[in-house]
Amino acid sequence: MSRKELLQRLGQMIITLLGVTFLTFGLTYIAPGDPVEMILEVGDTIVPPEVIEQTRHELGLDQPFLVQYLNWLVGLLHGDMGLSYSAKMPVIDRMMLGAPGTILLTVTATLMMLIVSVPLGILMAVKRNTFIDYIARFFSFLGVSMPSFWVGLLMLYFFGLKLGLFPIAGGEVTADRMVLPAATLAIVMISKFTRQVRTEILEEISKDYVTGALARGIPMNKILWHHVLPNACLPLVTLFGTYIGWLLGGVAVVEMVFSWPGLGAMAVRAIMMRDYPLLMGFVLWIAILYMVINLLIDISYYYLNPRLRKGGRE
Amino acid sequence: MGKHDDKFMFRVYSGIVIFIVLVAAIGPFLCTADPYNSNMANSLLAPSADHWFGTDKLGRDCFTRIIYGARVSLSMTIATVVIMSCVGTLIGIISGYCGGWIEMVLMRFTDMMMAFPGIVLAIAIAGVLGGSVVNTVLALAIVGWTKYARLGRSLTIKLKHSEFIAAAVTNGTKPFPLLYRHIVPNIFPLVVVTAAMDIGSMIMEIAGLSFLGFGAQPPTAEWGLMLNEGRQVLQTAPWAMIFPGLAILFVVATFNLWGDALRDIMDPSKSA
Repeated sequence: MSRKELLQRLGQMIITLLGVTFLTFGLTYIAPGDPVEMILEVGDTIVPPEVIEQTRHELGLDQPFLVQYLNWLVGLLHGDMGLSYSAKMPVIDRMMLGAPGTILLTVTATLMMLIVSVPLGILMAVKRNTFIDYIARFFSFLGVSMPSFWVGLLMLYFFGLKLGLFPIAGGEVTADRMVLPAATLAIVMISKFTRQVRTEILEEISKDYVTGALARGIPMNKILWHHVLPNACLPLVTLFGTYIGWLLGGVAVVEMVFSWPGLGAMAVRAIMMRDYPLLMGFVLWIAILYMVINLLIDISYYYLNPRLRKGGRE
Repeated sequence: MGKHDDKFMFRVYSGIVIFIVLVAAIGPFLCTADPYNSNMANSLLAPSADHWFGTDKLGRDCFTRIIYGARVSLSMTIATVVIMSCVGTLIGIISGYCGGWIEMVLMRFTDMMMAFPGIVLAIAIAGVLGGSVVNTVLALAIVGWTKYARLGRSLTIKLKHSEFIAAAVTNGTKPFPLLYRHIVPNIFPLVVVTAAMDIGSMIMEIAGLSFLGFGAQPPTAEWGLMLNEGRQVLQTAPWAMIFPGLAILFVVATFNLWGDALRDIMDPSKSA
C-alpha cells in the first residue's frame, strides 16, 4: 500500500469515527430516560429537584447538544473519556477492567475456529459428496441456524449443570470458566466459516491448472499444499475479515449468557443503566478495533497478492 | 442437482414455510390455554400431557407461548425485512440513477454505516431508545439497509447502460415512468431473493435483542425473551429454554433452506 493510499484510508477512518460517535451521542441525547435521575435515585429515594439540577449542571448535561459533543471530543483528544456514572470511575479505567476478558475470549474463539474450520473445510472439499462431507455439511447447517445465546445455554446446561465439567458461575477470568463461552463462540463461527472454506477450495480445485497438474502425475496432496492453498488464501482472508464484525457484537451476547466479565457485558449494562459516557467509550473502542483490523487485512493483500504490489508502486 | 430437483425442493420448503405462517396466523385461535394467564400453582411443571412443553416460572404454558411467539417473531421479521429492503433499494436506485454529488453523498454515508459492525450499532440503538417491538424493528432496519443500497445502486448503473433503457429514453420516456416501469421491475427479483435470504438471520437477531432485554418486553410471548426467562430457571426447568430455542432453530433453518432454494431457481448458475 502506497503512502498516499494509507493516508487516504486514515482520513476516511477519522471521518467514520466522527460520524459514528456523533450518531451515538445524538442517540443518547434524544433517548427517553434521564441519566441524572438514574445516578441519583438509588432504590426508592426521592431526590429534590434542586439536587438533580445541580448534578445535571456539574455533569455538563444542561448544555446544548453540540457543545456537549464538542466537550466530549476535546476531552477525548486529551485522553479523557469522562466518568462512568455507574462504576464511579473514569471510563478508561472501567474499560481496562473489561478488556482482558474480552480480548482473551475472542482470540481463543478465533484460534479455535481457524484450527477446526480450515482443515475441515479442505477435507470436505477434497472428499466432496462423500459421507464425511454430508455429515459435516449437516452439522454446519444446524450450527448456522442456531442463535449463539441458545448454543451457550445448551452448553451451560449440559456441560455445566448435567455433567458438572465446568463452573457455571462466571465473574472471574480463569481458564476453566472460559472453556464454555469460547466454545460457544467458536461453534457458531466454525459452522459458518467451514462451509465457506469448502466453497473456496472447491472453486480453486475445479480450475484447469489442477486438472493439468493431476494429468502430469503430480499427487493431489502436493497440488493442494503447494498451489491450491496459497491461491485460496486471499479470499479466505477477506472472509475472515467479515467475521470480526460479527464477533465484536456476538461476544456481548455470549458474555451475558455466561456472566463473563468482558467489555460486551459491560456495554449492555451501561445501556441499561443509561451510563452514556461508558457506552461512548465502548462504541469508540469497537469502531477503532474494527477499522484497524480491516486495514491490516487490506495491507495483508499486498503480501498475499503480488499483482497488487506491482500496481501499487509509484 | 438439476433444474427439476431445484423446483421440487423449493416446493417442499415453501410447503413448510406456509405451515409456519399458518401456525402464526391461526395457531393462537386453536390454543385452549392463555399465554399470559399466570398461575403460580402451575409454576415450572415438567412437560406432560396437559403441558406439552412444560410451564414457565409464572405457570404459563410454554407450548401456547411458543405458538403465540411465532406471530410476534414473524411479524417483526417481515416488518424489518420489508422496511430495510425497500428503503435501501430506493436509496440505491436514486444514487445509481442520479449519479453526481447525490450518489457521492449517499454512498459515502453507506460506506460509513458499513465501517461499523451492524449488530453492535443495533444493540446500541434498540437499547438506548428503550426496548420495544417497534424500536427493535427500527434499529435493525437502520443497520440493515446498506446492503440493499449497494445492490440497488449497482443494478441500476448496469441497467442505465443497457440498450432498452437507451431506447426508452430516446422515445421520450420521462425519468419517473422510466424508473417504475423499467428499472424497478428489473431490479425487483434480485432484491426479493436477497430479502428472502435475510429472513433467517433477522429472526435470530430479533431474538438476540429480546434476549438482551432490548427487544420485546415482558409479558410478551417472544422466543428470545422466553429464552432469557428460561435462563433464570435453567437449573430447575431446562424445558423453558430448550423448546423456544428449538422453535427458533426450526423456523430459521426452514427459512434458510427456502431462501437458498429460491435463489437456486431464480439463478441456476449459482447453485452449488
